[in-house]
Amino acid sequence: MREAAILGVAMTPFGISDKTNLELFADAGLEAIVHSNLAPGDIQALFFGNCLGDFEEGQLHMAPFAHSSIGLPMSTPAVRFECACATATVAIRQAVQMVQGGIYDVILAGGTERAAAMGTPLATRTFAMASQAQYETPTGITFPGVFAMAAHLYSHRYGIPLVELKRHLAEVAVKNHFHGSKNPKAHFQKEITVEKVLNGMMVADPLQLLDCCPFSDGAAAVVIAEAGKARDLVKKPIYVAGTGQASAGPLYIQQDLTHVKAREVSVKMAYDEAHLTPGDIDVCELHDCFTMAEVLAIEGLGFYDFGRGYDAASRGETRLGGKGTVVVNPSGGLKAKGHPIGATGAAQVTEIVEQLRGEAGERQVDGAKIGLVDTLGGDLSTVCNLILRGEK
Amino acid sequence: MSTELTFKQYQDGLANDVFWGLLCDDCGSYTTPPQKVCRSCGSTALQVVELEKSGFIRTFTVIRVAAEGMNPPFVVALVETASGAWVMGNVVNIDPNEAGMELIGRKVTLSSRPVKGDVYACGDIHSLCFTLL
Repeated sequence: MREAAILGVAMTPFGISDKTNLELFADAGLEAIVHSNLAPGDIQALFFGNCLGDFEEGQLHMAPFAHSSIGLPMSTPAVRFECACATATVAIRQAVQMVQGGIYDVILAGGTERAAAMGTPLATRTFAMASQAQYETPTGITFPGVFAMAAHLYSHRYGIPLVELKRHLAEVAVKNHFHGSKNPKAHFQKEITVEKVLNGMMVADPLQLLDCCPFSDGAAAVVIAEAGKARDLVKKPIYVAGTGQASAGPLYIQQDLTHVKAREVSVKMAYDEAHLTPGDIDVCELHDCFTMAEVLAIEGLGFYDFGRGYDAASRGETRLGGKGTVVVNPSGGLKAKGHPIGATGAAQVTEIVEQLRGEAGERQVDGAKIGLVDTLGGDLSTVCNLILRGEK
Repeated sequence: MSTELTFKQYQDGLANDVFWGLLCDDCGSYTTPPQKVCRSCGSTALQVVELEKSGFIRTFTVIRVAAEGMNPPFVVALVETASGAWVMGNVVNIDPNEAGMELIGRKVTLSSRPVKGDVYACGDIHSLCFTLL
C-alpha cells in the first residue's frame, strides 16, 4: 500500500458569515491548493462535504458547483459526502484510502456549512434529522438532548453527584474558550468562567448554553497526495499514520450512552495501523460538540479510563501548557472554534497539521510530533479517526 | 407466525395499545422497534410477539430549546423494557420542571400518542409515552 500525506490545509474564519457555501468553500479550497504548491488543474478528485445545504440555501448537488467555482478540470469528479458532523473527516479518510490504493495521486477534500444561517429553531430541527426518524425524532429529542442523557447516565453510573459533574463539565468549556481566545479564526475568542457557564440558559438538562457548541458558518479543505509527490511539493508533508471509521445504530440499539462503541472500534483501527497507543499522542482535536462529549471522547480514545475523565479539564491536564500528556482541542474545539458541521473535520485536520508543523502560533503545543483527529457524527453512530505525524 | 414486522404493523399495534416486537429463535433476544435482523446476533429467524408494556428509565433529559414546531419543556427518556430492548419516548405524567436524577431507575408503563408530522416528516407517527408508576 502506498503512503498518503497531507500538503496544504486551510480554513475560513468560523462564525457568522455573509458568504455563500460555495464562496466559503472556494476560499478554503483554493488556499489549500496554493499552499500545496499546486494549481486547480492538478487536483484529480474533489471529495466535498456538506450536510444541510438544501435547508441552508435550497441547494442540493453542491459538489459540481464547488468544483467549477475553483476551476477544477471537468475530468476531475466531484462527490458529496454526508456523515453528519463527521462528514469532512470521512471525506478525508476516503481520499487517504484512494491515494493509498493508487487510484488517485492528488485529492482535495473538505467541506462547507452555513449552520448559523438557518437560525436556531430550523437548525435544531435539521440537526435532529440525524436521529432515527421513525422511533426517536418524534419524541422531540435534540442533539444537546442526546449528550444530556449521556451526562445523566454518566452521573448515575459512576456515582458522581450531578452538581459536581456539571462543575467539571463547565471547566471543559472554560478550557476550550481559553484555547479559542488564542485562535483568530475561532467563532468565540473570549474567555469565560465556570460561573458564567453555570448561570447560562438551560438547553437540555443538565446542559446549559455554554456547554454547547454554536451553530457556525465556515469551510475548510486539505490536499492529500501520495507521500513521495508530497515531499517533492512541500517542505513539511504531514503523514497519515493510521485511520479508522466505525458505524453504530440508533441510540435504542446502542443503549449505554457512556460508551461510544463506534469510537472504541474506530480508534483501535487507527492505533493498530499506526502501531501507536494513546500514550503516544501529543495533541488531539476531538469532538466536543458539548462539554459532555469531550469527556466521553477522552475516555473512548484511551487517554483516561472510563469514569475517570470527567475532571481532566479541572485538573488542567488537557489544557495548553498543562501537566497532562495530551493537549485536547488547542484550536478551541467545536465548542469555541465553532461547528459548521460539513467543514468541522477538515478544520480539525488543519489544526493538527499546523501543530505538527510548529506553525500554530500562540496555540502551539510544544514538541508536538503525533496528533489525533476524532470526529463523531449523528447520535454517536459514526466515528472517524485519523492519526497524523510530522516525521517518520 | 409472521416473521416480519414492518413499521406500519408496529404503528398499528401502538394505535391499538399493543406493543409488538421480535423474538430471536437463535439467541433469545427481543428486538423492538422492528428491523430485519436480531439486534443482538443478526439472525433473521425472528417471530413476531407481543411485548410487556413496562420498563425502567435508564436515562432522561428535559428538552428546553426545541426544534421548530415543538412545545418545550418536555421530558425525553430511554427506557429498558421488560423484554430487554431499549426504547426512546416521552415521560408524560411529570412536570418537566420537577424532573431530576431520581427518575433514573423508576418503573414506567408504556403507551403511545399520535405526533403530527411536520413538513419534513413522512406523515403522523405514534410515538412511545412513559407513565411513572
